[in-house]
Amino acid sequence: MIDYLNILLYVQIALCVFCLYRIIRGPSIADRMVGIDIFGIIVVGICAILSITTKRAFILDIGIAWIILSFIGTLTLAKYLSGKKLNE
Amino acid sequence: MRYIALFILAFIFWLLLTFNIDISNIIVGIVASLITAFVFGKYFIKDVIPFLQPQRYFWLIIYLFIFTWECIKANFYVAYLVLHPAMPIKPGIVKVKMGLKTNIAKTMLANSITMTPGTITVDIINDEIYVHWIYVSSEDPEEYSQKISGRFEKYIKKIFE
Amino acid sequence: MEIIGFIFICIGILFNFFGCIGLTRLPDVYNRLQSATKCVTLGTCSILIGVFFHFGFTEAGIKAIIAIPLLFFSATVAAHALVKGAYIFGVKLGDKSVKDDYKDVTKS
Repeated sequence: MIDYLNILLYVQIALCVFCLYRIIRGPSIADRMVGIDIFGIIVVGICAILSITTKRAFILDIGIAWIILSFIGTLTLAKYLSGKKLNE
Repeated sequence: MRYIALFILAFIFWLLLTFNIDISNIIVGIVASLITAFVFGKYFIKDVIPFLQPQRYFWLIIYLFIFTWECIKANFYVAYLVLHPAMPIKPGIVKVKMGLKTNIAKTMLANSITMTPGTITVDIINDEIYVHWIYVSSEDPEEYSQKISGRFEKYIKKIFE
Repeated sequence: MEIIGFIFICIGILFNFFGCIGLTRLPDVYNRLQSATKCVTLGTCSILIGVFFHFGFTEAGIKAIIAIPLLFFSATVAAHALVKGAYIFGVKLGDKSVKDDYKDVTKS
């Protein structure tokens, strides 16, 4: 079971390549931000699978913290896009 | 009142997150929840009485089932669009009217619309939602209002208003 | 129980894959965000449900269940903020677009 999960883990890591393609290639700034947002969610999936393969629960804590941090980061970038000051 | 509600919510969240019932752990949780409630209490929902009515939870459970089903359908639809070689998309931004009053109900409707087939909320102005739709199938406002928000609106009205 | 969890994880990764293909294939920002947000969010939720089935009602399982609503709300709100920001920034709708009601609001 763990072996199959390891293969799935590598598949999930390989999905990051699509996001990186969009971040590097994206024609406008907004495309890059979409890539960054999706990258954050995929990393949460990696954390969840890692917590099974290594049998350690605290990796899920890292996942939860990552959700919140990526959310705040995306909101900040979106605010920058719409041309407002950050304290509005 | 809403300070107390936020305190209870934060304390339950703490207990679930740490998942052990030591006396020291509970004391730390109470202190952290108190600080959270004092700092962020004024941003919490004004009216907490509706939280105590049991029939709202009944409708919430039914709504969750319908919503999950719609969500899965949405995913298969988007997967079909993505894998189709010609990509049959016809995107556009449409204006949808809704009959909801409170802020939390509007937020929930916007979130539900974002997760259902091919629609994503762009903005809410008073009682109109602007929705980006990946396949604009009709030009008639009545028809697409029914298609986009009609399924959820009656449940959300029962749950959050 | 572990088998059910494994199946859920497989479905989740399949949906993540579809979402990432949509991210690279679709023509403009709004459509990319549509495919990416929906598919990747539901895929990751499915992975977390799989983790819950694998661990059962233990510390890790409860944490996975907590992460689902958190992920759900943060993903939808972030997508909404990104769409609005991109529109105000001046990203045009793609060539295939047929309708734009939001134009009048941003001008005034």
